[in-house]
Amino acid sequence: MAETKTRTVNFGVAGLAAGEQPLIAAENKPYLVNVGPQHPGTHGVLRLVLEMEGEVVERADPHIGLLHRGTEKLIEYKTYIQALPYFDRLDYVSPMAQEHAFALAVEKLMGIVPPRRGQFIRVLFAEISRIANHLLNVTAFAMDVGALTPILWGFEEREKLLEFYERVSGARFHANYFRPGGVHRDLPPGLIEEIYGFCDQFPAWLDNFEALITENRIFKQRTVNIGPVTAEQAVDWGFTGPMLRASGVPWDLRKSQPYDVYAEMDFDVPVGTNGDCWERFLVRVEEMRQSLKIIRQALDNLPPGPVMVDNRKVAPPPRAEMKQSMEALIHHFKLFTEGYHVPAGETYTAVEAPKGEFAVYLVSDGSNKPYRCKIRAPGFTCIQAIDAIGRGYMLADVVAIIGSMDVVFGEIDR
Amino acid sequence: MSQELTEFGTIISGALPAEITNVEIIRDQLVLWTRFDSVVPVLTFLRDDPGCQFKMLVDLTAVDYPERPERFEVVYNLLSLKHNRRVRLKLAVADGVPVPSVSEIFGAANWYEREVWDMFGIAFTGHPDMRRILTDYEFEGHPLRKDFPLTGYVEVRYDDEQKRVVYEPVKLAQEFRNFDFVSPWEGMNTLLPGDEKAGTTP
Repeated sequence: MAETKTRTVNFGVAGLAAGEQPLIAAENKPYLVNVGPQHPGTHGVLRLVLEMEGEVVERADPHIGLLHRGTEKLIEYKTYIQALPYFDRLDYVSPMAQEHAFALAVEKLMGIVPPRRGQFIRVLFAEISRIANHLLNVTAFAMDVGALTPILWGFEEREKLLEFYERVSGARFHANYFRPGGVHRDLPPGLIEEIYGFCDQFPAWLDNFEALITENRIFKQRTVNIGPVTAEQAVDWGFTGPMLRASGVPWDLRKSQPYDVYAEMDFDVPVGTNGDCWERFLVRVEEMRQSLKIIRQALDNLPPGPVMVDNRKVAPPPRAEMKQSMEALIHHFKLFTEGYHVPAGETYTAVEAPKGEFAVYLVSDGSNKPYRCKIRAPGFTCIQAIDAIGRGYMLADVVAIIGSMDVVFGEIDR
Repeated sequence: MSQELTEFGTIISGALPAEITNVEIIRDQLVLWTRFDSVVPVLTFLRDDPGCQFKMLVDLTAVDYPERPERFEVVYNLLSLKHNRRVRLKLAVADGVPVPSVSEIFGAANWYEREVWDMFGIAFTGHPDMRRILTDYEFEGHPLRKDFPLTGYVEVRYDDEQKRVVYEPVKLAQEFRNFDFVSPWEGMNTLLPGDEKAGTTP
């Protein structure tokens, strides 16, 4: 709002302060264009104030926070178990990846290690989340630059993955499935075969999709050499995930700082060279193939055993036991009213979420509620760089750049 | 792991004896303490020193401890891609005291500092664009301070008569209930609320 008042020349309807009259540009002064917050090209509620010289962007001022819900403040007033569902609602495109970070952070503070089967299931569903996330992003990106078909195809595949979510947790999005100490329930019967079935048919879908888009002339004209980011810039701006890898930095937390059983998984990290929109797209497509590889390994090697730690102070007792045992009933009651007390301390725990490094800086004061829970969202640093990346490009290219960044405002605004 | 981190922390504090005031290992993570006015040289050293190479500022945040004289902790989380290592730099700062901005050193710091200003009211000197970032356009207060109520002070609704969104003081149908779970059977050592006989001898 502030900069609209300082501008001497203003053209168009958008971006005017109340009572200000639009003036016709006497000379070649920049136009001010308001994109969003209700615009499909902004992937959510981004308000982008663009200073334009004709069709060319001279300066971009992104206004975020339109989806700010005060998650970090709310978490300070919730027990650790109650805080977990908020993480589904951050990046609502890949919910379980967020839960993973919080579960790991609480486990780190409490000093508990989930059983191996629980870790395998978490890796399995983290990768399912990754495919679901990239499926939405690459197809929506194709739509941003003019191809409508892929998103219609992609949603069908994504729906299959969301059904896996529903099978394990009962919810398509807000799963609340990963818990500190493991996962909430074991896999239901028949799910493993269904995921194998998905793994068998999905590569053909990907080939089909790539045949349509990857080497498509129009798609390449809109994306190749649009918004290139060098490795130095990417590191300086704090890019992580596919944004960083497309710029040629082979950095993946699943490899470099492995958590759960990622150290046992065999997969490759795709890396780009140029860091333009097209390579970010390619990195994501290849990551989907690698995720399939991890899913297969997790299913092949899934060990038997419990999925949650056998500690009644952290994990609720089984329903059947509660019918018999007074002790179990008391544990259940205490766990879901008071929750558990986490030893005082602090940790910065990061996971390789589909969008990049998603981390939780958790400070505990020894009570049953987090003292401070800072959420590090990968999209926050990307959206900040729009101004620097988008300068000198056309308005339509800025839409392509935003699409290639894979931003979701649930996590950016928190 | 922890041994190696301790040695690394000693090397850094040896290189910057005046600036690094304390070195801690918390849960296998290295935490360095500095004074708020020497944050720029410390971060420049951590970024450029060949043994450190913390080129990426992954996170910048603050924590509010209202009972302390220097109530805020500003926390910088750094990552070295070259050495695959993380470090956390902390500094304590009192309310109303500005911290030097590090947006010249790390490009990522620009918005993080705006967020800390918005949420905690810690100003950063030398910041190019110190505006609010996450809250509403004419928002007042700093929500993540511990003395800011969870419900906030204003609420918005669409007024059908005025045909616009109006801001009003927040009205609660029920007082916000914050349960504490201090059990009297587990060694409660604080006074009971409203116990007027607490100070008198029986």
